[in-house]
Amino acid sequence: MADKEANPSKKPTLLFLNKESEPLFSKKNRVLLTDPLDDNNPITVQVLGVCSALAITVQLKPALVMTLSVIAVMGASNVIISLLRNLIPNRIRIIVQLVVVASMVILVDQILRAYAYDVSKQLSIFIGLIITNCIVMGRLEAFALGNGVWRSFLDGIGNAAGYGFILIVVAFFRELLGSGKLFGYQVIPDAFYEMGYENNGLMLLSPMALITVGVFIWIQRARNRKLIEKN
Amino acid sequence: MNLFVKSIFIENMIFAYFLGMCSYLAVSKTVKTAVGLGFAVIFVLSITVPINFLLDTYLLRPGALQWLDPSYAEIDLSFLSFIMFIAVIASMVQLVEMIVERYAPALYGALGIFLPLIAVNCAILGGSLFMQQKDFSGVSESAVYGFGSGIGWLLAILAIAAIREKIIYSNVPAPLRGLGITFIITGLMALGFMSFMGIKL
Repeated sequence: MADKEANPSKKPTLLFLNKESEPLFSKKNRVLLTDPLDDNNPITVQVLGVCSALAITVQLKPALVMTLSVIAVMGASNVIISLLRNLIPNRIRIIVQLVVVASMVILVDQILRAYAYDVSKQLSIFIGLIITNCIVMGRLEAFALGNGVWRSFLDGIGNAAGYGFILIVVAFFRELLGSGKLFGYQVIPDAFYEMGYENNGLMLLSPMALITVGVFIWIQRARNRKLIEKN
Repeated sequence: MNLFVKSIFIENMIFAYFLGMCSYLAVSKTVKTAVGLGFAVIFVLSITVPINFLLDTYLLRPGALQWLDPSYAEIDLSFLSFIMFIAVIASMVQLVEMIVERYAPALYGALGIFLPLIAVNCAILGGSLFMQQKDFSGVSESAVYGFGSGIGWLLAILAIAAIREKIIYSNVPAPLRGLGITFIITGLMALGFMSFMGIKL
């Protein structure tokens, strides 16, 4: 950890007050935010945080709530770990990270229960599972432990948004094709049903989540050839 | 017994709830490592689920502290459950790692590198959180549930690892190679496992 520390920080700066050396949204910092959306997407490229991504994408609303929760948790815990990064002994860092993330998740969970009870019921254990969501731990470990506060914050938000992007795309197709609705409102006109169109109930079941993500990866890699795996 | 079969097949951690997908996708390239991780998961699940069950009944539930003093009956600590469960899991994993290293070096050689991975495996925390929702009647029931879920997980990772070893020989479209095809195969396997759903036990 000590050697990583040597290069990026010129002098000890308070939070992100090193503006004069680097503008807040310099190109390098923008990349941190946009890269995880496509080239380095946490789900389809880094293979992190797949578990919850699949289970809660039956409808758009829980997917959206989950996205916001993950963004909040990741932004906050990346900042905290980045602030503490010089104080945490290397050997117990996993436990420290887990405790920080768990406290953030408890906050989010209690807020959801207070203001959006039905959605939190629907998400059931998956809010709790943000703790073990590999995106959070993975980014803490790979980024926040070795980088400044502002950059870690951007990285957290960017990765959470990349995660949420997949969630929302998958949820969009599953809700549209599975129950003909978006956000719980019917969008496929009744005339279609009269002509014999049927909702594809299979889209609501778990296997189709996997297959939808598989197809999504296929499309993404066909478009972006440098992501193709050798075998 | 019913619970055991149910937790293996009908409520399979991977195919029904997608828990532990991350390590499932990352470690399923060869059968050998997959088996190692699978056994480590069974091991840790069958230890942590009963422990968390005890914690939940005697510490966290609304009114659970009554055995200490009747005046504690109002206290509801259930909001602490996430942090308690994850602490138990992290420390159990550490403990198990040390014990295995000391007393069964051969087993440690086989499982060693997987044990730290398990602390952040969603299947483990998921097992405890499902246990909390299911209202089991006793420790033994929760132990059976943990053990069964572990076996279900092992089965799933074993199957996908075997398929992935074979699929190297087939001609998959280039953009679909690796991750993409694994997702689709898992989806098809999940379809297969759904046929267990109709079984009434």
